[in-house]
Amino acid sequence: MLSIENLHVSVGDKPILKGLNLQINAGEVHAIMGPNGAGKSTLSHVLSGKSGYTVTAGTVIYQGKDLLDLEPDERAREGVFLAFQYPVEVPGVSNIYLMKAALNAIRKHKGLPEVDAMDFLTLVKDKVKLLEMDEKFLYRSVNEGFSGGEKKRNEILQAAILEPSLCILDETDSGLDIDALKVVAAGVNSLRADDRAFLMITHYQRMLDYIKPDIVHVLANGKIVKSGGPELALELEAKGYHWVEEQAA
Amino acid sequence: MSTSAQEIDSYIGQKYKDGFVTDVEVDTFPPGLDEQVIAKLSAIKGEPEFMLEYRLKAFRHWQTMTEPNWAQLNIEPIDYQSISYYSAPKKDSDKPQSLDEIDPELLETYKKLGIPLDEQERLAGVAVDAVFDSVSVATTFKGKLKDAGVIFCPISEALQEYPDLVKQYLGTVVPSGDNFFAALNAAVFTDGSFVYIPKGVRCPMELSTYFRINAANTGQFERTLIIADEDSHVSYLEGCTAPMRDENQLHAAVVELVVMDNAEIKYSTVQNWYPGDENGVGGIYNFVTKRAECRGANSKVSWTQVETGSAITWKYPSCVLLGDNSVGEFYSVAVTNNYQQADTGTKMIHIGKNTRSTIISKGISAGRSQNTYRGLVKVAKNATNARNYTQCDSLLVGDKCGAHTFPYVEVKQPSAQVEHEATTSKISEDQLFFCQQRGISAEDAVSMIVNGFCKSVFKELPMEFAVEAQALLGISLEGSVG
Repeated sequence: MLSIENLHVSVGDKPILKGLNLQINAGEVHAIMGPNGAGKSTLSHVLSGKSGYTVTAGTVIYQGKDLLDLEPDERAREGVFLAFQYPVEVPGVSNIYLMKAALNAIRKHKGLPEVDAMDFLTLVKDKVKLLEMDEKFLYRSVNEGFSGGEKKRNEILQAAILEPSLCILDETDSGLDIDALKVVAAGVNSLRADDRAFLMITHYQRMLDYIKPDIVHVLANGKIVKSGGPELALELEAKGYHWVEEQAA
Repeated sequence: MSTSAQEIDSYIGQKYKDGFVTDVEVDTFPPGLDEQVIAKLSAIKGEPEFMLEYRLKAFRHWQTMTEPNWAQLNIEPIDYQSISYYSAPKKDSDKPQSLDEIDPELLETYKKLGIPLDEQERLAGVAVDAVFDSVSVATTFKGKLKDAGVIFCPISEALQEYPDLVKQYLGTVVPSGDNFFAALNAAVFTDGSFVYIPKGVRCPMELSTYFRINAANTGQFERTLIIADEDSHVSYLEGCTAPMRDENQLHAAVVELVVMDNAEIKYSTVQNWYPGDENGVGGIYNFVTKRAECRGANSKVSWTQVETGSAITWKYPSCVLLGDNSVGEFYSVAVTNNYQQADTGTKMIHIGKNTRSTIISKGISAGRSQNTYRGLVKVAKNATNARNYTQCDSLLVGDKCGAHTFPYVEVKQPSAQVEHEATTSKISEDQLFFCQQRGISAEDAVSMIVNGFCKSVFKELPMEFAVEAQALLGISLEGSVG
């Protein structure tokens, strides 16, 4: 589904990613861990098309397409979803309105008819239950006045509605208490499917207790320095990142 | 990659949707203004004697006046002698009596504008008076309104059929010498709408007028007079468009509202005059005086305006709250793009006791435009317990535009409560990226964010016009991000 080869990315003159390689197949859940400043968020931003990053070398092929060639909204319509580390507030725009507009933009791109208000309401109410959210969140302005946990749930709610092919979770666990983490994780787990892949970016092992990854990667100094099974995360938790960084050096 | 500040800027440059010219035969006065022109105009309209006197008095006063220059506007000098003061579609005999008699091309124009003139749209229940250049072309639904006792007709017709009524109220809210543009309007106004809602009547439908400037080098000077007698209620809407022309065209309207005891007028405007091209060439100069007088106790006026057009907008719909417990409201969305300039706001004059006013103003600036809110809240000595709440929010799109706020407050009564809140914000790249990451195009995202910003005003508009206003906002700002 996603094939990243020798990706080099700079912010200004400063190189952040320095030859990153990553293969993700449909149905897989990948976790990327790593110390602060390793380039984890840069990776999620470059994949989703945020401005301010310069790709100096390398390729990103997503479902046979050159992903870097597409605008952010085109990537989204092709099924790339980013659950934001810091979800953005949009005052005056209701949550349900944004989600319906987004779903219809994606459906239109796929040549499907737009969903009407009634059908959408039915769909969305279903998903709201899944994330144990109050329906009143649907009618509030996007993320405005939401607590940190509510914002993160809202991100997963959007993923559940938009049904992306590649779902990037950028530190979705940060700022969540343990109960909220369980709910968010349950939401993510319910989205796991043979035709969908996940790229989870996290600092901590605890998220991986609830969302079992197939593969764990360690990103350090702009490269993936080690990959392994879920046990790698436990090892990192015990030994810290220095251990892999030293190994890689 | 996604949207940066420069790219936001590069999106600017959307084409004006209503910029078509209608090819109809017209009678147009040669450019120029003197007492003969006014006399001729009054004669063509078959006006009663008092009107000619009224006009000439206004004209003489106007000649002694100078244009106001206190607004935050940069205006090229206007040559008032180069403007034609009358233009009307040619007609074989008298005014058209029904829609069938109207030039099909004219009807086509209104269709392009989406104006509900034809039968099918009559069912929608909106009575429309359409003013094309200088004359009122068609008024639908007259019969049904008559049954309710409501008078809704072109003001030129009212001058003939209800001269006493017009004489009683005309110029009583906005005197002919009120300001430079009001005086000019009083001298040369050609048409507009007249509405009278009798005592105890709730107008059975929304009333609506569409104005369109079509002919080149003409000014449009319409005059609207609405009287809501005791215990009556009316909701009135106006929409405006003009073709694209390289020259600036002048529009100087006057609107007067009179509200008696327990009566209410809701006045909504969707103003979409041609704003000029992306280099600031052409566009309408929109100098409008709108004022409501709440004469009666417990009377209420609500102005809602969506201003997206015009090269220059100079407009301050105001409320004089004379009656005790009277209420004035002003809800405004003003959008400027490219080189547009808007200086708009309101005046709330509290004179009666327990009078209340609310001002919600949303200014959106894009391109190299300048958008100014100018407001006055005045509480007179005897206006005990007067209350005002003002909220002025400005949204900037891109980094070459400007937003300005001038809230004036004058309070002479210690029990008054006056509140003012103001914010200025920018559409952030993060918001745009977030919406785009959900699959929404940058243009739709901007439109969505701006609509969200304007929500508290749009909810004051009647349903179908709220939809129109949202669409218009999208069109005005299309091209303002990239």
